[in-house]
Amino acid sequence: MSHRLGRPDFEVIAGWVQPGERVLDLGCGDGALLKLLIETRGARGYGVDIDDANVLAAINNGINVIQGNLDTGLAGFVDGAFDHVVLSRTLQTVRHTQEILTAMLRVGREAVVSFPNFGYWKNRAAVLNGRMPVSDDLPYAWYDTPNVRFFTMLDFEALCAEMNIRVRERQVLDEQGQLVIEEHNFLGSLAVYRITKG
Amino acid sequence: MKTKVSSVGTVAAQSARFDTPLALKSGAVLPACELVFETYGTLNAAKSNAILVCHALSGHHHVAGTYADQPKNLGWWDNLIGPGRPLDTGRFFVVGVNNLGGCHGSTGPSSNNPATGKPWGADFPVVTVEDWVQAQARLADHLGIDAWAAVIGGSLGGMQAMQWAIDLPQRIRHALVIAAAPKLTAQNIAFNDVARQAILTDPDFHGGHFYEHQTTPQRGLRLARMLGHITYLSDDQMGEKFGRALRNKEGGLGYGYGVEFEVESYLRSQGDKFAGYFDANTYLLMTKSLDYFDPAHRCGGDLAAALKPALAKFLVISFTTDWRFAPARSREIVNALLKNDQNVSYAEIASDYGHDSFLLEGAHYHAVLSAYLKRVKL
Repeated sequence: MSHRLGRPDFEVIAGWVQPGERVLDLGCGDGALLKLLIETRGARGYGVDIDDANVLAAINNGINVIQGNLDTGLAGFVDGAFDHVVLSRTLQTVRHTQEILTAMLRVGREAVVSFPNFGYWKNRAAVLNGRMPVSDDLPYAWYDTPNVRFFTMLDFEALCAEMNIRVRERQVLDEQGQLVIEEHNFLGSLAVYRITKG
Repeated sequence: MKTKVSSVGTVAAQSARFDTPLALKSGAVLPACELVFETYGTLNAAKSNAILVCHALSGHHHVAGTYADQPKNLGWWDNLIGPGRPLDTGRFFVVGVNNLGGCHGSTGPSSNNPATGKPWGADFPVVTVEDWVQAQARLADHLGIDAWAAVIGGSLGGMQAMQWAIDLPQRIRHALVIAAAPKLTAQNIAFNDVARQAILTDPDFHGGHFYEHQTTPQRGLRLARMLGHITYLSDDQMGEKFGRALRNKEGGLGYGYGVEFEVESYLRSQGDKFAGYFDANTYLLMTKSLDYFDPAHRCGGDLAAALKPALAKFLVISFTTDWRFAPARSREIVNALLKNDQNVSYAEIASDYGHDSFLLEGAHYHAVLSAYLKRVKL
């Protein structure tokens, strides 16, 4: 769970953050997203990451970073402490999906969730051809993947409806990081959602 | 150009005398006091590059380097301080001080009480972390330092860094709180009290006035140190270092009460060494100061409320195997700062060495400190 610099979802997320807003970035990696938000949006906030190298990198980037897992990481924050709680490319690695979504919407006014769309046509094609998909957005072989949940955009939206979570906005990107404007669940490789309590 | 990483080399202690009475938290007033300290590196013209290093229970002002006449007497945190080290003396002016009540030259129980001309002994007032911060602030004044770039300390030293941020928020820009806790638990206090009882019940203690009897309560102090030492190490580390190894490997069990296990031998030698140089009254005072530390107390137990005045940015560090001040205790500090929306970073360092880890040179630990301190603006 780490960010790479210049990732296309960063631009989408940055577009949703207003100047001076407070952001919590879960699985912040080297803090590149927060750094971008601080520098370009005047945002404030914290990153949370479990990995030693990421914590060190985030400190090097001048980011407020709290070392911990998502559970302990979120437990330390009070209700409504943030305008945005970001979980970038990490939801698929979390076992307790509903709990984490609930906790994010507890500490944040809204949550930003990005995840690889298992419904992307190349992923479907890979499975149809008898193999698990490997791509830029799903870069791991099945036997060493940190991902424990495989779901499509439709699956995610169904869960949101079930949990009374409102999808405020969504942006869908293809493998090149270009915006997908139609057939999202088929053409989109990476989905970025902006959600709030319903 | 890459700086060669090295120790600060030969250093010398200095002292400063303060003749203005110091009102202590207990209500007692110390008429005058002297603080011994050392400095490493150069104070810049703006006096904005000073870092104060606060010591823990048994520490002192000799933090780094060696003395010309004692080339083996290495400062207790030497691995952290010097050119190219985390507290880079090419950039920072580092100050180590022996706290009030100490036994390494600063005014303490073994100093002469001006009222009697005899050592203070048990009559030396109990000083608290708050009192230390006030005294350290006088040293800062003496050195012309309006605000520390950072105050750093481990264990009881970390508590002083916290107290600085609370009491004198304008005078500290970064607080580095390592292997500390926001207050002691009942278990922590219990360990301290057993240590104190060992000293207080030693017949050579003489109610704290042992100096006049030309003796020291060595047995008590030795026991206190042995107990303390156990709590500074991790179970795994002791198992790895000593296991059940016997001193006399060939002889087998002796069925007596002499030194048999290696761990006994180690603890006794640590205890003996300590009892040979440390002052028993100082040990009592330092443990009491630990017990009393509880900045949240005056805010009805609300640590966030206590930390609210702080303007400093915080780096909080804990060690996975530290059971004296476990990571969860550091998290209490972190969570209080988060509640206030204050600047804080927190690293939980994997280490096998228990509470003592903060004194040791862990690559990741030092990398975190270096990275953080490099971002400190001068």
